[in-house]
Amino acid sequence: MVKIEDYRDVAPQGTVDLLLRLAERVRGRRSLHVSAARFGGGVAETLQRLVQIMNDLGSETSWEVIGGDAEFFAASRVINAALQGADRVITEGMREHYVEMNRLTAQKLRLEADLVVVHDPQPASLIEHRPAEGKWIWRCHIDLSAPQRRAWKFVRQYVARYDGVVFSLPSFAPRLSVPQFIIYPSIDPLSDKNRELSRREVRTLMESLGVPQDKPILLQVGQFDSYRDPLGTISAYRIVKRHHDVRLVLAGGGTAEGLESPEVLAEVREAASHDPDIEVLDLPPEAHLQINALQRAATIVLQKSVRDGVALTVAEAMWKGKPVIGGTTGGIPIQIINDVTGYTVNSVAGAAYWVRHLLSNPELIARMGGSGREQVRRSFLFTRHFSDYLALLTHLTGGPA
Amino acid sequence: MSMPGTPFAFMGCIELIENLGRKALDERELCELLEQVPAGSVFYHTYGYFLRHRFFIRPFANDFASWAVIHARDRMLGERLAVVDPFEFGDLEQLREELISIIDDHLSRRAVVPRVDYGEPFYFMQSHVVKVPTGHEARTLAEFRNGLAEVEASAVYFHTVEARMRLGRPSGDFAEWLATSLGRADLAEQVRRIDVYLSSLERVRANILSLLDAALGDQAGPER
Repeated sequence: MVKIEDYRDVAPQGTVDLLLRLAERVRGRRSLHVSAARFGGGVAETLQRLVQIMNDLGSETSWEVIGGDAEFFAASRVINAALQGADRVITEGMREHYVEMNRLTAQKLRLEADLVVVHDPQPASLIEHRPAEGKWIWRCHIDLSAPQRRAWKFVRQYVARYDGVVFSLPSFAPRLSVPQFIIYPSIDPLSDKNRELSRREVRTLMESLGVPQDKPILLQVGQFDSYRDPLGTISAYRIVKRHHDVRLVLAGGGTAEGLESPEVLAEVREAASHDPDIEVLDLPPEAHLQINALQRAATIVLQKSVRDGVALTVAEAMWKGKPVIGGTTGGIPIQIINDVTGYTVNSVAGAAYWVRHLLSNPELIARMGGSGREQVRRSFLFTRHFSDYLALLTHLTGGPA
Repeated sequence: MSMPGTPFAFMGCIELIENLGRKALDERELCELLEQVPAGSVFYHTYGYFLRHRFFIRPFANDFASWAVIHARDRMLGERLAVVDPFEFGDLEQLREELISIIDDHLSRRAVVPRVDYGEPFYFMQSHVVKVPTGHEARTLAEFRNGLAEVEASAVYFHTVEARMRLGRPSGDFAEWLATSLGRADLAEQVRRIDVYLSSLERVRANILSLLDAALGDQAGPER
């Protein structure tokens, strides 16, 4: 079991001590998290750590997963996609079933706590069943900046009844009448995705992926969809290739709801088909060690998205000491410090230019990589995320228990 | 206020960020919203900048200047906003007026209002600072030096920025304690004069440690 002390060597100086002190202030308070899934994805990973550590520090914290039948989860997926801007029809039957399933869930759960945090749209209507005591927060992990109007109108009626809402980025937040807090995303340096790997481990994993390490690697990790613009990344690589002998690796997989992943993947394979120096890896969601190895083996990492979410692959790459060149969208600009840890770009030409710039001035690669790792250490590690959560708990539930 | 012999208790802090739900897409909106937002938001985007960028020194030392240059692509306004040292202002309303006056003047000379085309809007925020005792206490200069070297960087922010600008302690906590508890007015004045603006918290810490090391080196007998 991971303890907060395990982060002492990776977090900034004094951080763990500060967290221990802050945790003392909320000892004895009870928190409850409610989400739609216990496994898979960054939300579940973060909650697992957070719940473990909070309990270890003496603050009773539980985590419940909502129940529901296939019809409920199908409706939830549609609502989720619509809230993120996809064109979906939400029927009256879907809405009624969604509300009914959450009503049944509320009957089964113990909802009394000093702080209840309800994650994402699936359980949002649980607010209808809140007890008289306790503060309720809706924690939204998705981008609500341009929701389908009717979908948002439906969910908003519940969100407006919470004591506050937390978003991952200010750009994700719609107009709301309740207090909005920002808790930036984070990576867990102790997870398989980010823990240290020996050179041998990296070599073995790269061999298992069939990716040679005989020349500098440009890497982009992300879903194969038009938002991540893998075809644009290939175009940038081709410009660079005229001057530097490099290999491009595009690693991704999984599909976000409503995005055209299979078609884009087919286009990417076609674009890469005549170039032995382009590797296209369609990886399963649990390929954490493989992604870890790819990021450590890369020379420069690209995240040339034209639209993106929090894009934590940027922080992951920076944590491995790599300069990152990313699009000016989503969470990318808050992670990259321009000209310090990498570059933000608006075009294929921009991406190609800065890759070439780095390859022509290799001393910058190590320097930016070192700065990137420090940037992540200070701002995007789980310890910072944990401190934000403790601050929220303290702020909402008052002074020491 | 410190009394002679009072130990110094290092206090860290954590910032809970609140999004005010107001955003500016061009410099005119920036100016108008800057007039309306709570004073806490002005604080967040100027003094609070140091807590969020405690390690790296950025080119423009407040959020307004950074946004003007990076997102509105208006380097001239960015430079005019960057030169505003918030530590020269007695209160937030004076600072707010200065920033508005600069933006207004700048826009009066422009035929077209610069706006965001490829960048991000300016999101107005404010924060709730949660104080956290670090557990480090100092009674002597050497203990103070060692405590300062070990505490999390937010303690440097709390005792130099929060103390001066929000808690009514104009010299900052370090200088005040050195003067009143240790009777070291000379050293206190040196610490008080350290320029926080255009620096980082780590640099401020390092500068203070240099002063303390020099003072300790002058003392007879090693305390460390």
